[in-house]
Amino acid sequence: MKCRRCKAPAIIDLPRHNAAFCADCFTHQCREQVKRAIHEHHMIEPGESVLVAVSGGKDSLALWDLLHEIGIPADGLYLGLGIGDYSDESGEYTRAFARSHGLHLHEVDLRSQYGYDIPGAAEVTHRSPCGACGLSKRHLFNQVALDENYDVVATGHNLDDEAAVLFGNVLRWETAYLGRQFPVLPATPGFARKVKPLVRLTEREMAAYCVIRGIDYQVEECPMAAGNRHIAFKEVLNQLEQKSPGTKAAFTSGFWSRGHQAFAAEADDERATLLPCVECGAPTTTGDRCAFCSLRARASAAASEPNRPIEVPVTLRSET
Amino acid sequence: MVPGPMTVAALLTRLEIVPESVLVINGDTLVTHDARLADDAEVEIRPVISGGAT
Ligand code: SF4
Ligand SMILES: [Zn+2]
Ligand SMILES: [Zn+2]
Repeated sequence: MKCRRCKAPAIIDLPRHNAAFCADCFTHQCREQVKRAIHEHHMIEPGESVLVAVSGGKDSLALWDLLHEIGIPADGLYLGLGIGDYSDESGEYTRAFARSHGLHLHEVDLRSQYGYDIPGAAEVTHRSPCGACGLSKRHLFNQVALDENYDVVATGHNLDDEAAVLFGNVLRWETAYLGRQFPVLPATPGFARKVKPLVRLTEREMAAYCVIRGIDYQVEECPMAAGNRHIAFKEVLNQLEQKSPGTKAAFTSGFWSRGHQAFAAEADDERATLLPCVECGAPTTTGDRCAFCSLRARASAAASEPNRPIEVPVTLRSET
Repeated sequence: MVPGPMTVAALLTRLEIVPESVLVINGDTLVTHDARLADDAEVEIRPVISGGAT
């Protein structure tokens, strides 16, 4: 196969574009897709300050690198989740990337700064660790952005992430979630703007980008992801993609251009009735303690009980 | 080790792997699905699907 752009031997084929690319033209293509997403959804204006949420995985490191490459300076924010060796290693990958690229990295550690970790939080809530984890991430990314005066929080959600979440929301007709699922969420009182510049790029493309650019990322999956329903949705969508390349992109971009608007009012209503959390001031629906402060209170209380058995998950997700 | 010269696409089919869910790395470079793998090629099939509700 030859590169569509320069005719050199190709190293990656992208069936959804009916094309293959050499290394240089592929990274060029990734930069163009990011620029296009940023432009199309007015994600970042010139001169705005950007905070990238980095996990040490392929997507967030690729995002940080891509922003840098297209001339958008951004600082990183790493959240220590306290998930055993997985978290220790992910922190190392993130710090190594920041160091080698001369980029500024903020760090927040759940255990030392907030008195809990994700395995402990999952235990007290009796719910999936990803629920407690997502809640903690959303809250703290926003909090740091507001405290440190960043205009925008950028996350590494890619096309597959968005397609899987959309698929899940549609299967259960989660109308409020559908109203909120968009590549950019505007800033409102108490919330920084949130953007997803990788929505035009797939997970496979981001892994390829890291390999080509020599970005060392954490290949190992979070042990807590085992059995997560989003993985099942991704597998189903990839089977459809295999039969009909371009399906995932059509699903998401069609939703954003033609479907999302129908649900937006519901999300706006929710945001219009927000009151500040009594503890941290973050917007809440009740005007009492916000979901994050409740989680933190319960999880940190349980963690400080003596003789609490420390549970470190050891099961690994089976490959593919 | 790859059994016999075969294309990447054929290898993935044989292993019942959906191509969209992996990268195939031969030595240290990525290879396209039509690439022919030598008899003794050592290839890495790297999963790219991440989990986590975000
Ligand atoms: S898989 Fe779940 S617990 Fe692990 S980092 Fe992702 S959201 Fe958090
Ligand atoms: Zn080329
Ligand atoms: Zn709060």
